Amino acid sequence: MSRLSIQLPGLDLKNPIMPASGCFGFGKEFGNLYDLSKLGAIMIKATTVETRLGNPTPRVAETAAGMLNAIGLQNPGLEKVMNSELPYLERFDVPIIANVAGTTTEDYVEVSEKISTAPNVKALELNISCPNVKHGGITFGTDPVIARELVEAVKKVSKVPVYVKLSPNVTDIVEIAKAVEAGGADGITMINTLVGMRLDERTGKPVIANGTGGLSGPAVKPVAIRMVYEVYKAVNIPIIGMGGVTNAQDVIDFMSAGASAVAVGTANFVDPFVCPNIIEELPAKLEKLGVKRINEIIGRSHL
Amino acid sequence: MIQQERMIVVRQSEIAHHIFELTLQGKIVQDMNPGQFVHIRVSDSFEPLLRRPISIANINKEANEATVIYRAEGRGTQILSQKQVGDEVDVLGPLGNGFPVEAAPEGGTALLVGGGIGVPPLYELSQALNARGIRTIHVFGFATEDVCFYEDEFSTLGDTHFVTVDGTKGTKGFVTDLLDELKPEFDVFYACGPLPMLRALEGFYPEKKGYLSFEERMGCGIGACFACICKTTDQTEKDYVKVCSDGPVFPKGVVEL
Repeated sequence: MSRLSIQLPGLDLKNPIMPASGCFGFGKEFGNLYDLSKLGAIMIKATTVETRLGNPTPRVAETAAGMLNAIGLQNPGLEKVMNSELPYLERFDVPIIANVAGTTTEDYVEVSEKISTAPNVKALELNISCPNVKHGGITFGTDPVIARELVEAVKKVSKVPVYVKLSPNVTDIVEIAKAVEAGGADGITMINTLVGMRLDERTGKPVIANGTGGLSGPAVKPVAIRMVYEVYKAVNIPIIGMGGVTNAQDVIDFMSAGASAVAVGTANFVDPFVCPNIIEELPAKLEKLGVKRINEIIGRSHL
Repeated sequence: MIQQERMIVVRQSEIAHHIFELTLQGKIVQDMNPGQFVHIRVSDSFEPLLRRPISIANINKEANEATVIYRAEGRGTQILSQKQVGDEVDVLGPLGNGFPVEAAPEGGTALLVGGGIGVPPLYELSQALNARGIRTIHVFGFATEDVCFYEDEFSTLGDTHFVTVDGTKGTKGFVTDLLDELKPEFDVFYACGPLPMLRALEGFYPEKKGYLSFEERMGCGIGACFACICKTTDQTEKDYVKVCSDGPVFPKGVVEL
């Protein structure tokens, strides 16, 4: 047992650090920069049944300590992800968490059933929280009954554990968390982006072509920490926390609040080496806290 | 090979109104080619958060120095413009695919067309072309005289013509007006500038080989975030290209303009 290792349903993690979905493509760009086997896991970009071209540009806008994005789930579609993207990642010793998105329950079921058979896909992450598509996505993530039914449907077909990615754009995230747990979810990943808008100084109109975008980056960390803290108290399934993580201290914070592992999103765009850098920094942080193994700090906020 | 390096500021000066010339020293200069860009983090804090993509204007491999020219207009570039000699700057690069210098035939002539802050990468390109014995003709458009730069530098490399929107320098109008007047003879053209300029050029020289360098709002700069997507024309197999990692330079006709 190494100091940083974590065991979660379906996931044997060398360390609790993984790039978040949508912030790492399908790994190739980063695989050219460092050995992806260093990572705890990789959450690949959302996959839908069909090819999606995404939203018009501009798709991103910088904000105070953060950014808005409205990419619109651009991806090559299930078949190409299965045939070319996932096989590329097989050369690395790293479990893949496949982010699954769709417009209908049938879409989610189809992608889940097929992608969960890929040899390196060790878990699914149901994306019921994308704020940037007109249909599907977040509509599944804001109603506890619909969320539960979707999880139940996917659980019937998936060959690997199912995690559900929650949206912060709800009145009560705990209610949704409990609903997906009741539906059989093996874990929760949280949070997706917060819906926001930035206006052009000259025209007064939204900068992003889609109008709204999802806010991410250091600006959202306090919201994410609060939500992980609340959900940890309410459910018995593990949480993979995320939202504005840029360094090892952020990881300690998320795990203290109740996360068993931590995903790094926007920071990958600022510093492509951020994940391996955090992994390297973690042992010194644990030393400072007088902690032998990292799993000892999970949920320490609640003690 | 993309690397991250804390480069050292060797020189920085304002060469035209709000236009800065910044020279950085570091080992990643060895990997740079004309038309590529660097992704600069102007502050170690979260303000601003994202890097700034800036094209490379001059590469000096002997001295390990690269020069970028940028307009200090937004928050990030204003912070960058305050860097002093000796300061460190966090640079990711070199990024993207540059201009294909070899596309110009031996002993031939290349037309370089630039608009505003799209002119800088053409300087390194012009030097690289001249080094191969290719004649270069430079046709550059700017908004006004006070934002024009590098007239002397380009003039030593080949015929150089300026056009300004308000007529304060050179001909009044756009680069296409000047090209119409000059009717230059050339084998291949290279261009960098605003989209309307690139669009006009494509239509202007339908029979010529040409390469266009694009700009789009970027996130990561390495092809992972899908922010800087451009639709492709029907002539290509792909549905889209990423300006940062597939470009920023594309052969004429690839991107839907």
